[in-house]
Amino acid sequence: MQNNANTFYNEILTEHNLHPYHKHALPDANFELEGVNPNCGDDIVLRLKVEDDVIVDGAYEGDGCAISQASADMMLDLIIGKKKEEALRLSDIFSRMIKDKITEEEREELEEAGILQDISHMPMRVKCAMLGWRTFRGMMETDQQTE
Amino acid sequence: MGRDITEIRADFPLLTGEYAYLDSAATSQKPQVVIDAEKEFYEKYNANPLRGLYELSVEATKRYEEAREVVREFIGAASAEEIIFTRNATESLNLVAYSYAMSKLQEGDEILVTILEHHSNFLPWLNAAKRCGAKVNFLECDGQGRITEEAFRAALTERTVLVAMTQISNVLGCENDIKRFAAITHEQGAVFVTDGAQSVPHIPVNVRELDVDFLAFSGHKMLGPMGIGVLYGKRKLLDKMPPFLYGGEMIETVTRTGATYAELPHKFEAGTVNAAGAYGLSKAIAYIRQIGFDAIREREDTLTQYAFKRLRENPYVTILGSEDPADHHGILTFQLEGVHPHDVSAILDESKVCVRAGHHCAQPLLKYMQVPSTTRASLAFYNTTEEIDRLAEALGTVRRKLGYAE
Repeated sequence: MQNNANTFYNEILTEHNLHPYHKHALPDANFELEGVNPNCGDDIVLRLKVEDDVIVDGAYEGDGCAISQASADMMLDLIIGKKKEEALRLSDIFSRMIKDKITEEEREELEEAGILQDISHMPMRVKCAMLGWRTFRGMMETDQQTE
Repeated sequence: MGRDITEIRADFPLLTGEYAYLDSAATSQKPQVVIDAEKEFYEKYNANPLRGLYELSVEATKRYEEAREVVREFIGAASAEEIIFTRNATESLNLVAYSYAMSKLQEGDEILVTILEHHSNFLPWLNAAKRCGAKVNFLECDGQGRITEEAFRAALTERTVLVAMTQISNVLGCENDIKRFAAITHEQGAVFVTDGAQSVPHIPVNVRELDVDFLAFSGHKMLGPMGIGVLYGKRKLLDKMPPFLYGGEMIETVTRTGATYAELPHKFEAGTVNAAGAYGLSKAIAYIRQIGFDAIREREDTLTQYAFKRLRENPYVTILGSEDPADHHGILTFQLEGVHPHDVSAILDESKVCVRAGHHCAQPLLKYMQVPSTTRASLAFYNTTEEIDRLAEALGTVRRKLGYAE
């Protein structure tokens, strides 16, 4: 009955969920946006510190399922230190991975976040995996600068 | 129970597979007789009922109207004209809200709903109240889900026009004393609407004994097909209500400037009806009667007790509502410490255990109980202790799979 091959709750995901690196306050952030999945109750606030178009730091706070929280954490691992345009390009790859198809080379670019590829087979969880990334894109596109 | 559980399970094609189906409060599984009935209708009787003057259409009409009579007898209504076929309980409740409440409500009137309600027995009233300048008041329960007579009397006011109360909560599984609350409501001159979606499949419900004004329920939660539901209404109320949907099959005569409407129940059944669904529902009712509510109740109580015992063995599980399994009617809503219900449900799914996760369409209740979101296992007479064991065992692996050391 047990089918462990299909589980996406692997060590990388659970580690990011239970011991997130980036789940904390970020007092000197200059970008902030809340992302919510009303149906699941996933709710995060994403904060970034951006200088000269480079994401120098980032963090999130909030609650939600393991997938939503770990995905946001992995995203921050990936985009901190990157230029804004590069981070948006990676978030586009992530979005295509979850909703459609990407190449193996593209998946490697996503580093640990690539492990979420199997979520594409779980339509109900797509929104969970996308929450952090969607919030990041929304923040950049609508220029959610604080102050 | 007269028949062995193995025999009963063999009646349900989906239960012979590998799933442990523990989500019957969302929708029940269907016995072969119901599946066959839908097919039989389309193979043997299919014509547009209530219209055609040829033999086949008369046959289709007969199957449909016989189904209405089966429902009438099942819930003890005075006449078949009081049985309106709808799509589901939600549509039944909306029918009452749009047709009865909106034509009756005056500015300043009040509707009383309980905090236990499914969104479908709250939002139609909120909408009607907003449109009419009326107000919706909430009646709260205690931590066990109980509503006391004292609290109920205190919440009723002279402006209360309608009370909406579920018979069995889809989250806590507790049963409200509908007969008593309906009687108190009538003393105030208000009407009493009951959501029977979770009760009609599990306990005998007799509308004349309860003396409710309206009762709504869904076929798909009681072994019947999806897309067929029932509204029972007292004739004296239904007669005065304007139609809900306008169109075909609900008229007597139509001119360029107006129409006279059909008699009950067809006044409320506009458009081509779901006759195959009604026929399927009548077979589902026959199946329930053959098993018998005594046997159903006994088996569901035993299973609920067993599930309580197994879930309580897990120190991280908290079951919502009453401490007494007998108050739960097969519904066990719980939290697993440190794990989001969507993760619980997804991990149980790896073991083919089907449970519901989320807010169960009762967000005000969860907010009131201060729980963000929960997992729900719900049982029916066709479940087994083995399936509950599979739930308990799979649940025991969830925290470990999510990286907790335990």
